[in-house]
Amino acid sequence: MAKKKTIRTIPQERTPVQEQDAAVRARNFEEVSLGYRLEEALVESERCLMCADQPCVRGCPVGIDIPGFIKKIAEKHYHGAYDIITDTNLLPSICGRVCPQENQCEGVCTVGETLEPVAIGRLERFVGDMAIKEGWANIPYIEPNGYRVGIVGAGPAGMACAADMAKAGCEVVVYEAFHQPGGVLKYGIPDFRLPNEVIDAEIDKLRRLGIRFECNTLVGRLFTIEQMITEMGFHAVFIGTGAGYPSFMGIPGESLNGVLSANELLTRANLMRARDFPNFDTPLQPGKRVTVIGAGNTAMDAMRVSMRLGAEKVFCVYRRTKAEAPARAEEVHHAEEEGIEFNWLTSPVEILGDAANAVRAMRCIRMELGEPDDSGRRRPVPVPGSEFEIETDMVVFAIGTNANPILGQTAKLKLNKRGYIETDESLATSIAGVYAGGDIVTGAATVIQAMGAGRTAARGMKAYLGLRDTDCVYTRDTDDPAGRRFGIPVEEHNFARIRLR
Amino acid sequence: MNQAQSSSFEIVAREDFSDVTYLLEIRHPMLAKAATAGQFVIVMEHEHGERIPLTIADFDREAGTITLVIQAVGKTTREMQTNCQVGTSLYAVVGPMGIPSQIGGKKKVVCVGGGLGVAPIFPQARAWKESGAYVIGVLGFRNRGLVFWEEKFRACCDELIVCTDDGSAGIKGLVTEGIKQAIAKHADIEELVAIGPPVMMKGCAEATRAHKIKTMVSLNPVMVDGTGMCGGCRVKIGETVKFACVDGPDFDGHLVDFDDLMARLTRYRTAEKQAVERWQADCRMPGKEARVAEPAHGIDDRPSTDG
Repeated sequence: MAKKKTIRTIPQERTPVQEQDAAVRARNFEEVSLGYRLEEALVESERCLMCADQPCVRGCPVGIDIPGFIKKIAEKHYHGAYDIITDTNLLPSICGRVCPQENQCEGVCTVGETLEPVAIGRLERFVGDMAIKEGWANIPYIEPNGYRVGIVGAGPAGMACAADMAKAGCEVVVYEAFHQPGGVLKYGIPDFRLPNEVIDAEIDKLRRLGIRFECNTLVGRLFTIEQMITEMGFHAVFIGTGAGYPSFMGIPGESLNGVLSANELLTRANLMRARDFPNFDTPLQPGKRVTVIGAGNTAMDAMRVSMRLGAEKVFCVYRRTKAEAPARAEEVHHAEEEGIEFNWLTSPVEILGDAANAVRAMRCIRMELGEPDDSGRRRPVPVPGSEFEIETDMVVFAIGTNANPILGQTAKLKLNKRGYIETDESLATSIAGVYAGGDIVTGAATVIQAMGAGRTAARGMKAYLGLRDTDCVYTRDTDDPAGRRFGIPVEEHNFARIRLR
Repeated sequence: MNQAQSSSFEIVAREDFSDVTYLLEIRHPMLAKAATAGQFVIVMEHEHGERIPLTIADFDREAGTITLVIQAVGKTTREMQTNCQVGTSLYAVVGPMGIPSQIGGKKKVVCVGGGLGVAPIFPQARAWKESGAYVIGVLGFRNRGLVFWEEKFRACCDELIVCTDDGSAGIKGLVTEGIKQAIAKHADIEELVAIGPPVMMKGCAEATRAHKIKTMVSLNPVMVDGTGMCGGCRVKIGETVKFACVDGPDFDGHLVDFDDLMARLTRYRTAEKQAVERWQADCRMPGKEARVAEPAHGIDDRPSTDG
């Protein structure tokens, strides 16, 4: 074996990833980041110190054995790396692309104390994409246990919960109101960040676990949560409907034509393919000078989509500074590269319309940072007399969402005062056998947090159903006595080995 | 690319009321069981289609079908008029959406439907009748040739006033004329329900305001998902902003800002016109253009000239 790696012996520079040129990509919907090639992944995998402390694992909302899978890459045992990731996360191609790694695994990476942290997200994506390309899917042998589980919402929380319950042997049906599964991955996150083929490939893996997806089904209205339990034969239900209901600010001019939520813009452009109008029937009427309010991931997506739809100029208006922008660092960076004009410390005051009731400008006011508020961040306060106008023909609100009211209207679920579903620590709701997780419990958060919630709820549901927690583990070749005993190389196993945790 | 649909949405019956108005009966037993008066569905004709909201005009729980009455005004509704024949299926039908209408507890009500609002007011009139109310129906059409479902309404209304713009059937005038007559005859009307183009519903709300008759209207602004997620359907109700899809579609007509609603409905008119023109060119049907004069935005199932 090679001698122990130290911070001095590993490659010092974080391996850069190939990207489409900013000027080119700002006008197309092809993926921005091209992902690591094999040799790049191998170099980057050498940068992991395999430290004993493993802070990255604790930093991951689903607790992926990160050093474990990176070690497999370094050993060129890519399927092994895939096995390790899928122990805890069935959707590496998605998470590798959309997780805010700088706040999670990479943010606490030991290498990151001295150098740039290991590019864990890019390595995860590398493994996930290789699995899709090679057609790998870890389909464990599942013994049906006779329980039926209904999942409401085919987004990240529902997908993660469905996967765990299916692996535990339950018959799982996922209901989705839209005509395609995927939730925010499909309607919200644009193709240049997360291609639809990747989502479809990952969903296909869930189908191979026996999970059934029923689209065009609005739970609450077509049937209620209670009916799922009392009439439809589900033994447990998970609600992962997302937050939904976009917020506006209540400033004058919000009902002018050309003012819309980021959700509407993104849904039209992504899921409904308005960007291909009139080959697809949904219209969008893209703006020439688009102003997006907010600086989260959704705001970045809205800006970059607008750019690709042909806007001449795209502005971001955010009342705090860049340091407080909630978006992934990489997204802000990409948006800057693509020519988005950021107005930090700026707040909208009024949207101004023309005679045809369409947006012509937005009046804003400059802000400065005052005393810290409850969140510990310095509160932005308006600078008197600093008002100015941005000439714009489309204003997009990306300032968060409120709780979707449908399930609250139709089920006797206990809600908190903001309308989100109340749960205990196991994510059980006030109705026996009904669990909830993701944005409909916490308010808007990230894809991986929703997935983490889906898995937490699955643990709770398994306990409720009296099932042993059967996270299946694909036995690794190092601790695979059977494989060693019979001399079968692990690559040639035609079955997945499972042991129960 | 797309997943197999486990359920298909088969068209089991079709009826053409005029050269622009047609009825589709769609098999969807669960939806037929769940639907109540005042709710709507969202339909996609094909995988590349747009999602259009359509108010449920009838439902038959035993046969397991729902009925939609559609006016061919935009690209999608014209295309559906051509393609949706008995035996074919729609790509997507989702619903029932919206909060069911509050029905019951009133002794005398007026149900007003104008143009395409005639069909969706039917389940309301029937439900009010079933609740024991005295139901006065007021239906508005442009002319005699466009009248439909008169018998169906007579069966559930205690009185029926048909209004036509040209007087070729019933009384001459808009539905507001019929409302005036009803109010003159009955001093004890407790509620009026109106469904139709925004300008008609605005007229109805004005007709009852002075009499302080509770007036409910069913709004149908531009929508995408219909589940509260896009906010495209936001409407001003008094001082507040509501989403028609999940907070409605029924609202107090005396509080609705109809001018705001009508202005917002023009948002996609250019795109819609472009889509219609392109579709007609594709169909090589130049002769039909005579009727394109008023392309509603693609997501309006109701005529904008009525009332």
